[in-house]
Amino acid sequence: MQQEVVLAMLAKEPSHGYQLRARLRDALGPLGDAMNAGQIYVTLTRLEKAGLLAVERSAESADRSDRKVYALTPNGQQRVSEWIAEVSWPRPDLAEFHLKLVAAAAAGLADPLTIVDTQRRELLRRLRDAQRAAMAEPDRSDAALLLEGIVLRLQADLRWLEACEKTWTHRRSGS
Amino acid sequence: MSNAADMPVLRARGLRKEYGKGLGLVRAVDGVDLDIGAGETVAVMGPSGCGKSTMLHLLGGLDRPSGGEVSLNGRRIDDIGERALARMRRTVVGFVFQAFHLMEELTAIENVELPALLAGRSPRAARRRAEELLEQVGLTDRARFLPSALSGGQRQRVAVARALSNEPLVVLADEPTGNLDSAATLDVLQLFESLHGSGQTLVIVTHDPRIAATADRLISMRDGAFVDETRLSGGTTGQLGALVGLED
Repeated sequence: MQQEVVLAMLAKEPSHGYQLRARLRDALGPLGDAMNAGQIYVTLTRLEKAGLLAVERSAESADRSDRKVYALTPNGQQRVSEWIAEVSWPRPDLAEFHLKLVAAAAAGLADPLTIVDTQRRELLRRLRDAQRAAMAEPDRSDAALLLEGIVLRLQADLRWLEACEKTWTHRRSGS
Repeated sequence: MSNAADMPVLRARGLRKEYGKGLGLVRAVDGVDLDIGAGETVAVMGPSGCGKSTMLHLLGGLDRPSGGEVSLNGRRIDDIGERALARMRRTVVGFVFQAFHLMEELTAIENVELPALLAGRSPRAARRRAEELLEQVGLTDRARFLPSALSGGQRQRVAVARALSNEPLVVLADEPTGNLDSAATLDVLQLFESLHGSGQTLVIVTHDPRIAATADRLISMRDGAFVDETRLSGGTTGQLGALVGLED
């Protein structure tokens, strides 16, 4: 989990680690299952060392192992504000797949159409999972919105695969 | 096959359809073998002109093959007479088309009950069944509407209800979302998911990956033949995490 995400999820109020995890689970729905709790605590420790988080020990829950309450320091608040204002977008690695097709065809390593079929199969499996998960979420929930994003991206990738199929079919029959 | 339960609902062997002759010969369907089990949803994808619609027509007896066999529940349909074939189409197969093909002068419920009436059910039984089906597709309040007063998605849901009228062994759908926008596609998609859940056997020919993704099995078709076949079931939501940057 990215450090800034963890930091921003704590911006609402000082929280225990388990409260932070519950907030992430709510926002991510079924995708939150993939979240690694240990990783989150490692991130919290790093953020503390970097001076972006301050840790208090709460007296009221002294019997719990999870006694730490995490709060943003002024530096932490500053970092969250910068992160919110940042424009970033994950780049899907289309070039790698594209070059795989080009190289496979040029060297006769494999039929590009077979590679396209295999890739499509995998993406359709994911689309099936994402659609099912989306239908199981309540309308307009945080998790449903995230899953809709996944469905739309997969559709875009599948449309590109269709274009790949068309072009490589044409090249094969043309040569 | 050891018993009836193992028998595929739909079976094709060496299925072929050719048009024209000599240099103009087109092999639209070129040696297709297919077994569809009871309760299975199978999607067939492929570029335009790959023969997938023609194949669907052969499977449902809308068109005669140039060669090969088609059986429904163990009964050959490729070599039976016109009348027997017409009866089979009315009672054993349900069709869903891209352009809906509803009767424009009939209301939604009249469209849905028509196949039951043609199959010889009493008007009362046909009406009751049509009411159930419209409820199943969420259109009870549109029962008395003409198709022209319905949205594309609603029309396709009426068409699906009509296809189910005679409790067909198999529903064959040809680009069922080809004329629909994204929201209407979602309605039809949910309907197919629920049909699938209720054990209806479905064969869907489609361009639309969202519809294809509802299938248990996906077949890719090119130049009249199957080139790839795969099970789609069995994935995990865990893998989806990577798509949204949740896995490092």
